Amino acid sequence: MLQGWVIVLVAFAYLGVLFAVAYYGDKRAEAGRSIIANPYIYALSLAVYCSTWTFYGSVGRAASTGIGFLPVYLGPTLMVALWWYTMRKIIRITKAYRITSIADFISSRYGKSQMLGRLVTVIAVIGVIPYISLQLKAISGSFTILRHYPRIVMPTQAVAQPILNDTALYIALMLAAFTILFGTRHLDATERHEGLVAAIAFESVVKLLGFLVVGAFVTFGIYRGFGEIFRLAQQVPRLRALMTVADTGNTYGTWGFLTFLSMLSIVTLPRQFQISVVENVDEDHLRKAIWLFPLYLFLINVFVLPIALGGMMLFAGRGVDADTFVLTLPMAQQKEALALFAFIGGLSAGTGMVIVETIALSTMVCNDLVMPVLLRVKWLRLNERPDLSRLLLSIRRWAITGILMLGYIHFRAAGEAYALVATGLISFAAVAQFAPAIFGGIYWRGGTRDGAIAGLSAGFAVWAYTLLLPSFAKSGWLPASFLTEGPFGIPLLKPQQLFGLSGLDEISHCLFWSMLANIGIHVVVSLAGRQSITETGQATMFVDVFRRTQAPERSGLWRGSAAVEDLLPLLGRFLGPDRAREAFLAYARRRGVDSPEQLRADADLVAFAETQLAGAIGGASARVMVASLVQEQPPGLDEVMDILDEASQVRAYSRQLEQKSRELEAATAELRAANKLLQELDRMKDDFMSTVTHELRTPLTSIRAFSEILLEDPEIHLPERKRFLAIIVKETQRLTRLINQVLDLSKIESGSAEWHTTELDVHEVIRESVETSSQLFRESRVELVTSAGTDAGPRVMADRDRLVQVLINLLSNAVKVCRPGEGRVEIRLAVSNGFLRVDVQDNGPGISPADHETVFEKFRQVGDTLTGKPKGTGLGLPISRRIVEHFGGRLWVESELGKGATFSFILPLEVPAAKAGPELAQAAG
Amino acid sequence: MGKRILIVEDEPNIVISLEFLMKREGFEVEVATDGEAALMAVGESAPDLVLLDIMLPKMNGFEVCQKLRADPRWRGMKIVMLTAKGRETEVAKGMALGADLYVTKPFSTKDLVAQVKELLGSGT
Repeated sequence: MLQGWVIVLVAFAYLGVLFAVAYYGDKRAEAGRSIIANPYIYALSLAVYCSTWTFYGSVGRAASTGIGFLPVYLGPTLMVALWWYTMRKIIRITKAYRITSIADFISSRYGKSQMLGRLVTVIAVIGVIPYISLQLKAISGSFTILRHYPRIVMPTQAVAQPILNDTALYIALMLAAFTILFGTRHLDATERHEGLVAAIAFESVVKLLGFLVVGAFVTFGIYRGFGEIFRLAQQVPRLRALMTVADTGNTYGTWGFLTFLSMLSIVTLPRQFQISVVENVDEDHLRKAIWLFPLYLFLINVFVLPIALGGMMLFAGRGVDADTFVLTLPMAQQKEALALFAFIGGLSAGTGMVIVETIALSTMVCNDLVMPVLLRVKWLRLNERPDLSRLLLSIRRWAITGILMLGYIHFRAAGEAYALVATGLISFAAVAQFAPAIFGGIYWRGGTRDGAIAGLSAGFAVWAYTLLLPSFAKSGWLPASFLTEGPFGIPLLKPQQLFGLSGLDEISHCLFWSMLANIGIHVVVSLAGRQSITETGQATMFVDVFRRTQAPERSGLWRGSAAVEDLLPLLGRFLGPDRAREAFLAYARRRGVDSPEQLRADADLVAFAETQLAGAIGGASARVMVASLVQEQPPGLDEVMDILDEASQVRAYSRQLEQKSRELEAATAELRAANKLLQELDRMKDDFMSTVTHELRTPLTSIRAFSEILLEDPEIHLPERKRFLAIIVKETQRLTRLINQVLDLSKIESGSAEWHTTELDVHEVIRESVETSSQLFRESRVELVTSAGTDAGPRVMADRDRLVQVLINLLSNAVKVCRPGEGRVEIRLAVSNGFLRVDVQDNGPGISPADHETVFEKFRQVGDTLTGKPKGTGLGLPISRRIVEHFGGRLWVESELGKGATFSFILPLEVPAAKAGPELAQAAG
Repeated sequence: MGKRILIVEDEPNIVISLEFLMKREGFEVEVATDGEAALMAVGESAPDLVLLDIMLPKMNGFEVCQKLRADPRWRGMKIVMLTAKGRETEVAKGMALGADLYVTKPFSTKDLVAQVKELLGSGT
């Protein structure tokens, strides 16, 4: 009668009813008359907390540990008492900032960190998969047991069954299908599923009823009430032990830890967060929930002990798994309908949990794992796709399927290693790691993103080490020595007796160490680090949420602005065009504006769009998408790097400039010095020119004057006429001489003079000079004496004409200064050290030592004032000096006033003209 | 009463030409061949006009001019600077020191005579 197909049919019928309830709920919600806006519905929906673990597993736990099954329900009871403060805050935050999942909550709080969202999602999935697999185990197990009615057969090992015969696989697939149907028909900005909540409330009633009925049957049907069961149980020693705390080996410590653990789990389990926070419609519902939910828990646990005790007594020695008592007891009593109802109750418990949990997980996977990656993959060009809502939904569907498949795989691989409750507690311990981040996040402004990531990672690592790995060891995947002796034989690192902490059961042990690591590292890293601006803003928004009144659209962090024309299509892509337009319309009306197009493009609008979008793709991704539209977004890391780069380039450039300007200064100083020198030379040249001009003009004056006089006046007497003409002639000659000498000196000084250097006999040269000057001497009646004979004299290399010029110059100078009749000029020669020396001595007035150098200056003439203006050009000596120096010699004068003057020069003997050296000085004496 | 002209010039030939020119015009001529002698000559008998060369031994013509102008006795005396130095700065300097005329050598005899006559003709 209870054949397989009957059971399947009933099961599908039940699920159909469930679906109908959900559908009705959704329809009523769309019509605006929500059926779930009701605190009773809310409280009932919270009961999704009770899964097959509660339905089947509690009895199993009670059978081994007596009332040790209770802490898991004490915890929520206690926690709910605090809910008016904690849960209300969480709900307010979630509603205000459009948070859609527990990963979204944590990542939002800590600066909308995508990293944190990813981490939470991964931990949630890893932690909850065992929990899902235990539902599969329970449902498939109960199906298998029921199928064998009236025989009571325990389900065989899952691994023994080939996959295609495995009912669990089909159950998993069916659950996937239903979850997709329930949860992914459309995208809602708030991620609320009114129909789902209605269905969950419905199934909570069903499972409660189912358990109560079975419990009542066992207590009052099989036995005669509670009193009899306990009385009978007392007689069995083992059972008596179960009923007291001390004898069951339960320590207060274990109770304490488990209670604490379940207190956390009632908040941190993804399905609990979804149902109690995200799906909440009104904060006030919490008031009723605070006592309704514990009442439910009480009711569903009332009959656990009686069933356990009754089962153990009735099935003593038959090897019936205590986890199945709820089903097998009615079966054993041939109550088909009851057994079927019990099965449906269990199915209800399992599907409720799986559906809600998987929807919550798939939302997180989609928003926090997949979408951020896809948004970054440029070639997908997600920005250009008009409607992304279909993509989002399909991602979620795949996620749901994937998660359920993973649950199935876990079931096949490790399903037998643990009893149901133990598996569940492992999941609790995993999601409990979220608690420090959440509770710290809403009460402590100092928590930083890095602290949360570090704490979460540390806690999860400890959990994995102390619970997950040991579960692998117990399943045989790791050597047992890993547990008994620790890794690599280090006893202090034994996974379940870390650092020697023994005496705790594995759950408590894990909880202790993981919470220590999690909270400790979270606090330390948070205190040691600094928050970003976004983090600080988010922290304030979270911690102070009650102080801020209804201001869900305010977000002071947005500095930019974008137009409605841009935001509307963006929202439309993710939410669907209609929903986006509705949302904007509602917002516009709230702002007192008729149409969205008239909305001002300001930071509030942007914040509004961001929160709307967060509902679809999560807070972090929403921020990124909106930021790509908004102008004046804060610079990203790339831009900051560019700015820094530029800054350092500018610095390097300015250093170069500094250096160049220093070099420039140095060059300028040099130039200035050179300029001064040139100016000096220029002035000297000017002086020379001016002097030359003056000297040239003087004879010209006479020439012109007398010429004009003679021309003008024909009456001038002949003697005077002759006189004047003579002056003209003489001045002309003077002028010519001057011009010649100036030119000569110029040529010599500029190096453009021609030198015809040959070997000369000095005697010859002197003879020639004497001869040329003889007339002058005769006229002046000055005696000239020379020692140069007619024999061959010393030989020098020189230009003949020039040397003659020098000698004539010296001689004529001498003549000019000598008194007529008394004058005597002597030429002397001498040879020494390879040099020829010639002296021209006169007995004139002499030259004072002060003027010894002056005589050699251009145009300077030193003369006796008594004799009038000195004759001559003043250029003779300078020219002579240059000539002598050109041939490697030197010309100087020795004289004293009143003692005559001796002009001397030396020339190297038969050596080509070379620069004078130290020998010259020596020869000069 | 003829006008007296003092020629201050150290080039002998130029002195001859100037002397001839001035005497021909009927002026009395005195000669000094350096600056100091010039001042002494002026002190002895103030001339009506001084033909003053600049490049003089002992004291150059600028100084002489300055000294002559400094003395109130010789305010009315005409000073004609006669020099081969023709740069504008020199001209300006000469005029600034109070010369009545600045003539560069070589000069035109006709012009010089005309200008001297004019200077001496005006005023008595």
